[in-house]
Amino acid sequence: MNEIRSQATPDVQAASKVGVGDGDIHPARKGPKDFHPWLSKRWQDHLEQYGSPARQGWQVGPAYPKSQPNASRRDAYPPEGGRPGSSLEFMQSQHLDANNIELGILNPLGSGQGVQNPELSAALCHATNEWQLAEWTSKDNRLRASVVVPYEDPVASAAEIRRYAGNPAFVQVLLLSRTAEPMGSRKYWPIYKAAEEAGMPVGVHAFGYGGNPITPGGWPSYYIEEMTGHSQSQQAGLTSLVVEGVFERFPALKMVMIEAGFAWAPSLAWRLDKHWKTLRSETPHLKRLPSEYLREKVWWTTQPMEETESPARLAETIEWMGWDRLIFATDYPHWDFDDPAHVLPMKISEEQRRAFFIGNARKVYRGCAG
Amino acid sequence: MTALPAGAIDCDIHPSVPSVQALMPYLEDHWREQVVMRGIDELNSISYPLNSPLTCRADWKPASGRPAADVATVAREALDPFRTSVAIANCLYGVQLLFSEDMGAAFARAVNDWMVKEWLDREPRLRASIVVPTQNVEMAVDEINRCAADKRFVQVLLLVSGDTPLGRRHHWPIYAACEKHGLAVGIHAGSSYHNPPTPVGWPSYYTEDYVGQAQAFQTQLTSLICEGVFTKFPNLKVVLLESGFTWLPAHLWRLTKYWRGLRMEIPWVDRAPGDIVRSNVRFSLQPVDGPPDQASLLKLFDHLQSDELLLFSTDYPHAQFDGMAALPDGLSAELARKIAIDNPRATYARLMETVA
Repeated sequence: MNEIRSQATPDVQAASKVGVGDGDIHPARKGPKDFHPWLSKRWQDHLEQYGSPARQGWQVGPAYPKSQPNASRRDAYPPEGGRPGSSLEFMQSQHLDANNIELGILNPLGSGQGVQNPELSAALCHATNEWQLAEWTSKDNRLRASVVVPYEDPVASAAEIRRYAGNPAFVQVLLLSRTAEPMGSRKYWPIYKAAEEAGMPVGVHAFGYGGNPITPGGWPSYYIEEMTGHSQSQQAGLTSLVVEGVFERFPALKMVMIEAGFAWAPSLAWRLDKHWKTLRSETPHLKRLPSEYLREKVWWTTQPMEETESPARLAETIEWMGWDRLIFATDYPHWDFDDPAHVLPMKISEEQRRAFFIGNARKVYRGCAG
Repeated sequence: MTALPAGAIDCDIHPSVPSVQALMPYLEDHWREQVVMRGIDELNSISYPLNSPLTCRADWKPASGRPAADVATVAREALDPFRTSVAIANCLYGVQLLFSEDMGAAFARAVNDWMVKEWLDREPRLRASIVVPTQNVEMAVDEINRCAADKRFVQVLLLVSGDTPLGRRHHWPIYAACEKHGLAVGIHAGSSYHNPPTPVGWPSYYTEDYVGQAQAFQTQLTSLICEGVFTKFPNLKVVLLESGFTWLPAHLWRLTKYWRGLRMEIPWVDRAPGDIVRSNVRFSLQPVDGPPDQASLLKLFDHLQSDELLLFSTDYPHAQFDGMAALPDGLSAELARKIAIDNPRATYARLMETVA
């Protein structure tokens, strides 16, 4: 996974003649002062003195040490220096041009989401949004931004969404999956209302620090458990969205689950249906089978693609979900990057290929029909 | 409906403690006095709300009192109709929820002694799991050692969600004791509720809690594998009870991919997660949280890549299927026999020792 590559795999062009959409690109700051143009003196001083701790114990760095510095590909460091993902020029040559990316969705991390201090969280999220415009989308028209919101303060989040509702550079709202309360809880409804009004899907990226142990049985020991566990956190979030009736309340809402796999979706849908049929007296606000909400309102980005022993099993799993549910993503520049030339090991129709690599993304993200 | 072979081994039934009064004869004096003096109520966990439609199937609901609360009822409803040869009783009483280690240990002893006298001694088709005070590993091991001499105990019962992940090293004395005594480790749906029941906090609805049990099992399977439990205890059999199983293929694809990328972090895991599961981990059949159509279910069975993983269960008296349809449609007679008889026999070392 860490082989150094000087250029894209030779067959990538053949694999992606249709052009590729990438639902998960991570732009990074060059340095800690990149956000200063959009932060007041008060917050600049605050960051200097107190930092921006989230609901975990380290001053700097993630709760579980990553497997690679900056969780990044070893070959993704820009030649001019700086963190992987911090140079637009290098991202263009190494990824956007080389992999024939026509549409790239920016999902900035470390952008103030989940920070303990709610006002600081809001200030950092806003700075991140302005920075996406100034440094990224205005300089490369293949890139689109996500409205990063301080989701533990849903009222402030809704205001931030409305601020960019008229700006076509922003195509989705971004949350992280490990929220403080399950994602369907009433607390978060102002976010869904604002996103629905703006016509933006709500993307839910893995990670975040809600303050709860990251499994129902307590804190695990290893980074591999955290990484594998993103799928369980997202299943819990989706279960909550469905059971709370969020899709009934906000019928135009679309959700995109990012970087937590997708092969679990059919089993979650079956399980929800089976037990909802027994327990439906508890949730009279649900008018349809839970699986129907998942089938129509939810999309999944593909990276990290589940790797099956036989290609047929992957194809069967995708057929259970529907080929219209998946949005290809690479996670550039992170270490577990998926290469568009290699992610689909089986023969599929041209229509399925187009939907998988870009067609579904063009339908889901606001204003990206092309 | 697939026909259930005669002599099936039902690996998950739930006799109820009718009331705390039923345990009083089995509690030591001090604890009996505590129950009275402090007005300690029934230890009924929110995992199974007493009157929810899932907790007891409508046709198994008694006119009054708790379901499955006496031997005659269980024999009539769960054993005779399914022609069951042996059924394993997993008593779900909220012992694990208590915060006091001493009280947890006292109630565990009472439940196990009650199980012997009121159930195992009265119904030869029954076997049982040892309830242990997971609040304290030393006390749990003491209870295993105390009960292990009775070979009708075939398994140690843990809840899927407790204070810390089950793979973590401080739990290992429990697994060592199980391996020594030839007991399986049964991990059942449910929680001590010492942590929120989802990784993103407390849900609003019971439906979320119950559906979410599958995610709790997924994270515990990850923990058991990654911590190296099966490297240390290669003969240990872990049975996930009332866990669902259709999530297993997708979970293993993801875990295996990360194991390939991150095994430098857990170098003691020297086999692929799927190989470990196929040799050491089993799943009770019900609930079959599967696709609605038979063709898809058969594909799912292919994704499981083994016909040895599933152990027959009715999950009596929980409502998981209608009538006698305990086996899903479309299984071959051969697979039905494996699930109903061969796989349970291969899993529970003690089962055969006590069959006349």
